[in-house]
Amino acid sequence: MESIPGSDDSEGGSMKRLVPKHPLAVRWFHWVNFPLLALMVWSGFLIYWANPVYRIGWGEHTLLAMKLSPKLYQLLHVNSRLAQGMAWHFFLMWLFAINGVLYVAYTAVSGEWRHLLPDRRSLREAWQVMLHDLHLSKVAPPQGKFNGAQKIAYTMVVVMGLGSLLTGLAIYKPVQVNWLTALFGGYATARFLHFWLTVGYVLFFLVHVGQVVKAGWNNFRAMVIGVEVVDEPATEEPS
Amino acid sequence: MSESDGGRESEGAKEGEARAESAPPASPTQPAADLVANEAAADEPKVPSTVVAAMPSLAATATDADVERQLTRLSRRGFLTLAAGGASAVLGWRWLISRPGDSGQPWPLRRALQTNEALWEALWDPTRLAPTYPRSAAAKNPRVNGRLGLDAKADPAAWKLAVEGAAAGPLTLALADVQALPAHDLVTELRCVEGWTIVVHWTGVRLADFIAAYPPAGRDGAAADLRRSDSMPPFLALETPGRGYYVGLDMQSALHPQTLLAYAINGKPLSWDHGAPLRLVAPMKYGVKSLKRIGTLRYSFVRPTDFWYEHGYDWYLGH
Repeated sequence: MESIPGSDDSEGGSMKRLVPKHPLAVRWFHWVNFPLLALMVWSGFLIYWANPVYRIGWGEHTLLAMKLSPKLYQLLHVNSRLAQGMAWHFFLMWLFAINGVLYVAYTAVSGEWRHLLPDRRSLREAWQVMLHDLHLSKVAPPQGKFNGAQKIAYTMVVVMGLGSLLTGLAIYKPVQVNWLTALFGGYATARFLHFWLTVGYVLFFLVHVGQVVKAGWNNFRAMVIGVEVVDEPATEEPS
Repeated sequence: MSESDGGRESEGAKEGEARAESAPPASPTQPAADLVANEAAADEPKVPSTVVAAMPSLAATATDADVERQLTRLSRRGFLTLAAGGASAVLGWRWLISRPGDSGQPWPLRRALQTNEALWEALWDPTRLAPTYPRSAAAKNPRVNGRLGLDAKADPAAWKLAVEGAAAGPLTLALADVQALPAHDLVTELRCVEGWTIVVHWTGVRLADFIAAYPPAGRDGAAADLRRSDSMPPFLALETPGRGYYVGLDMQSALHPQTLLAYAINGKPLSWDHGAPLRLVAPMKYGVKSLKRIGTLRYSFVRPTDFWYEHGYDWYLGH
């Protein structure tokens, strides 16, 4: 998904070039968000475990109960740590929110949003990316700075972040912002949404890391140093 | 990190030399200049022209070598920054969890909870109400949770309510004294701090009415004026008989129209495990604040302690 076509090392007749990819601010937002989101998920997990009621299933059938075995909980030392989970959650939520707001503001002001917001072609491109990644199609999807699947994923995860902040606020202050809680269908539903959004992050993370590994070092390094190495035929080098 | 960078650098240099024999000359500076401008790293030197002149064998491939060097520098800086950031995060985390505890939490987390409390106290709008439901929505057999301070063998008839800090001096009241105040029904959600909720039908009197009937002594000893918050004690402490369980409540929440001293659930007197004969119902707080079997009610100018607060929870726990 995150590969750059033609980024393989070819011999002779080509020239390496460093191409700016991720602005410094975006890299900071990204890497600051990583531990914040991890700790928000962790502390959320400590809170959830006080009442782990969710599952995937219908009626009497449960495909997957959203909890681990008691033995595993003992092993992970996550029993009876609700107070700790709440203390961390209600501290880090500010940093998570601030980082997210700054990121969105930056992309809006800098024009970076043009690379990130999906357009009407993105859905079809994302489909091509998926077929290509699953080796069902040999047609390489069009790859700008981000391909269609990336645009959708990176925008969706920001919308999910907003969803987490709002559903979180709805269950944090269900009386003071009772209109918001009502908007989400009440306290229990808001908590339900808040939980499944977290599962969504975990799935996003798994796919994201998989794609980054697949895209290779050059792509990963660009998220750290900002530039990507691009090989170009020397003859086409602009003056 | 720096080791691998070093490795890359020498690799790049070798590559450059190897290419020196075959690759055609190319303009060396344009891409690097773009990059430098973008990174605002004007101090990053390009390969000085004197070096190129002194090493004609390199001149042919100055571009690729240049790019490699630039890449190495940027990599070193980028990854060192990332490592430093990661290390600071880990050190910060270890520092934080090793801070001395303040009621069961490292003090920085306790401060954060108190800051949140100050913010929400300031934003508090007393007209905001917890959602209410039709009686039919109330649970038929409301879940029982928390028996701290309760006693199945206690005799409800022998129960008395002690009121401390009242303008009239220490008071001892019977249930009939409380029930003499206007009765209110409230069908609302009880939200447990654990995360579950239940809709309960309560009957009781408004705590605000009770406070008006038995007003606290102000700082000067005279009866405090409920409409003037500066004359009121800012807190209320509630305890079970024998102090097996105790909570602290801010006065704003105590005066909220939905805060009840409840004596009935689903239209029937409270059972012992629901807090017979009189309990608090505070829908703008997590359930833990709704103390059962009130033995003592005390007006307080100092912030009362709270059972779960001492176990690491937020004192405020306000919704």
